[in-house]
Amino acid sequence: MAEIRNYTLNFGPQHPAAHGVLRLVLEMDGEVVQRADPHIGLLHRATEKLAETKTYLQSLPYMDRLDYISLMCNEHSYVLAVERLLGIEVPVRAQYIRVMFDEITRIMNHLFGLGAHGLDLGAMTVFLYCFREREDLLDAYEAVSGARMHAAYYRPGGVYRDLPEKMPLYIAQKSRNARAMGEMNANREGSLLDFLEDFTNRFPGYVDDYETLLTDNRIWKQRTVGIGVISPERAIAKGFSGPMLRGSGVEWDLRKKQPYEVYDRLDFEIPVGVNGDSYDRYLVRVEEMRQSNRIIRQCIDWLRRNPGPVICADHKIAPPSRVDMKSNMEDLIHHFKLFTEGMHVPEGEAYAVIEGPKGEFGVYFISDGANKPYRMKLRSPAYVHLSAMDELSRGHMLADAVTVISTLDIVFGDIDR
Amino acid sequence: MTPKHQRLHDTLGSVLGGRIASLSESRDYLTLVAKAGDYRSACQSLRDDPALRFDQLSDLCGVDYSTYGDRPQEGRRFAAVLHLLSLTHNWRLRLRVFCADDDFPILDSVIEIWPSVNWYEREAFDLFGIVFDGHPDLRRILTDYGFIGHPFRKDFPISGHLEMRYDPEQKRVIYQPVTIEPREIVPRIVREEQYGETGKP
Repeated sequence: MAEIRNYTLNFGPQHPAAHGVLRLVLEMDGEVVQRADPHIGLLHRATEKLAETKTYLQSLPYMDRLDYISLMCNEHSYVLAVERLLGIEVPVRAQYIRVMFDEITRIMNHLFGLGAHGLDLGAMTVFLYCFREREDLLDAYEAVSGARMHAAYYRPGGVYRDLPEKMPLYIAQKSRNARAMGEMNANREGSLLDFLEDFTNRFPGYVDDYETLLTDNRIWKQRTVGIGVISPERAIAKGFSGPMLRGSGVEWDLRKKQPYEVYDRLDFEIPVGVNGDSYDRYLVRVEEMRQSNRIIRQCIDWLRRNPGPVICADHKIAPPSRVDMKSNMEDLIHHFKLFTEGMHVPEGEAYAVIEGPKGEFGVYFISDGANKPYRMKLRSPAYVHLSAMDELSRGHMLADAVTVISTLDIVFGDIDR
Repeated sequence: MTPKHQRLHDTLGSVLGGRIASLSESRDYLTLVAKAGDYRSACQSLRDDPALRFDQLSDLCGVDYSTYGDRPQEGRRFAAVLHLLSLTHNWRLRLRVFCADDDFPILDSVIEIWPSVNWYEREAFDLFGIVFDGHPDLRRILTDYGFIGHPFRKDFPISGHLEMRYDPEQKRVIYQPVTIEPREIVPRIVREEQYGETGKP
C-alpha cells in the first residue's frame, strides 16, 4: 500500500477569503486541517514606532488606517488614552457624538463582516444588501468629517466640529429625471440627525431581510453550526473579547461592565450565544446591530435637545476657532504652538480600552513628558483572535477554515499594525 | 484611590508579599512592578488566587527605556508590560517586569499561565529582542522573513537599514542600504513639569 503523508497547503497571501494579506500554511491530512500556521506581518507599517516620531495630534489619523472597517472606534480608544494622560474632561455633547458614531461604526463593521462572511460561504446577495446600507452610514461619516472613511474626526478633548445642519445632496445629471432626484434626496433635506433618524427607522427592516436570507437557511446552518467551537473557559484563556467571547456565552461587554463616555446613561442589551460556534457568533453580531440602532436613536434624541460645545476650551489641547485665531493675538499663538510643537503631555502612562466592534481595542501610552509619546502599543482584538486560528480550525475541513477566518472578523490593518 | 482599588491594592500586598518590587496607582490604574526572578510565580498567583483571579491577559508589550526623558538611565533597559484583566472581579492591573541583563534580555514565558500571550511574546521578541524562556515557538512574527535586527529598539533608525527596489539591469529585486536622509520636522521636546499648565481650563 502506498504511504500516505500529510501535505502542506499555502493559503494566501493573495486569496479573497483571507480578508487581507494573510498567509496561512495549512498542514492537511486529505481535506482535514491538522495544523494551521498563520504568517502575518505582510502589512506591517510599524504604526507604533511611527507614533514615537510624531506629535499626539499627528498620529491620530493613523488610527483610521489600523482597523479600516471600524475607523472611528480606533480613534476613540486613542483619544481616550490621550485624555487620560492629560487628565481632562470632555464636554457631554462630544461624548454623545462619540457614542453615536461608535455605534454607527459598529453597524458598519458588522455589515461589512456579515457581507464578507456571506460572500465567503457563497451567499452573494447578503453582501450586496449589506453594502447598500453601509453606504448611508459612510455618507454620515462624510457629512461630519469630509471623508468617507479616514475621518480623523475625534480629537483629544472632544470632536473636531459639531454635527452639520444640512446633508450634501445628489446633483442633477442627464441620466436622472426630477422624480428620481427627488427620491434620492428625500431623506437628505434636513440635518445629519434627520438623515440618521430616517436610517434608524429603516434599518430594523433591513436586518429582518438579512435574517430571512440567512438565519433559517439550511446551507448557511450547515456551513456555520458546530464550526470553530470554543468553550467559555478556553475563550477567556485565549484572550478573546467582543462577539467572539459573547458567542461562547460569557456576558462581558465593556460598555456595561466598565462604562466609558455616556454608556451608563443609555438603554441597551447585550446578546450572548450558547454554543460558541460560528452560527452563534453570527446571531450575536446581528443582534448587536439591532441594539446599536437603539443606542443611535437615544443619542439622536439627546443631541437634538442639548446643544453645547463639542471640544474642550483649553487651547493648549484643542485649537481655537478660526475666527478667534484670525482676530486675536493670543489665539494665534496658541494655534501656532499647537500645530507646530504639539501638546505637552505630563509624564506617566495610560491604557484606555473601548468595546470596539471586534472586541477590546486598547491603546497604551508611555509618556516621558515630551510632545511625542515615548511608546505606544495598540492592543487589537483581531490579533489575539487570529492567534487562536490553529485551535479553532484543527480537525475541520479546508472549506471550514474559510468559515473560521470569516467568523473571526479579522482585518489586517490592525493585526499587522 | 477608590475603595475597589484599595481592596485590590491590599489583596495584592497580602498575596504577593515580598514578590512586589513596587506597587503604585496613577490615573486610576494600579501598576505592579515585579522582579524578573519572581515573574512567573507572581503571574501564577495573580491568575490562581481566588481573591485576585486575573483570568485574562489583555496585552503584553516590550519597552526600551534607553532614551526615556532624554536623560541617562539608571535602571535596566528592557521591560515587558502586561495588562491583566479579571472578568470575575472586574478589575485591571498593569504588571511591569524589567529584564535583568541589557545585552541579552531574557524573561520567563508565561504561556502556561495565559495561552493568549503566545503571539505577544513572539512580537516582543521580534521587535525588541526579548527572549522568553519556555516559549515553544519563539519565531519572528511581524517583520519580513530573514529580517535582521529588532526594529522597535530606540537605536534602530526609523528608516531602517535596507531598502528594496527593482533593478532593471539585473532584472530582479535587490536589497541595498537606505538612500533616504533621516529628517525630523517636529523636534522632540521634553518641557518642564506643568508647562503651559496642561489639563487646566
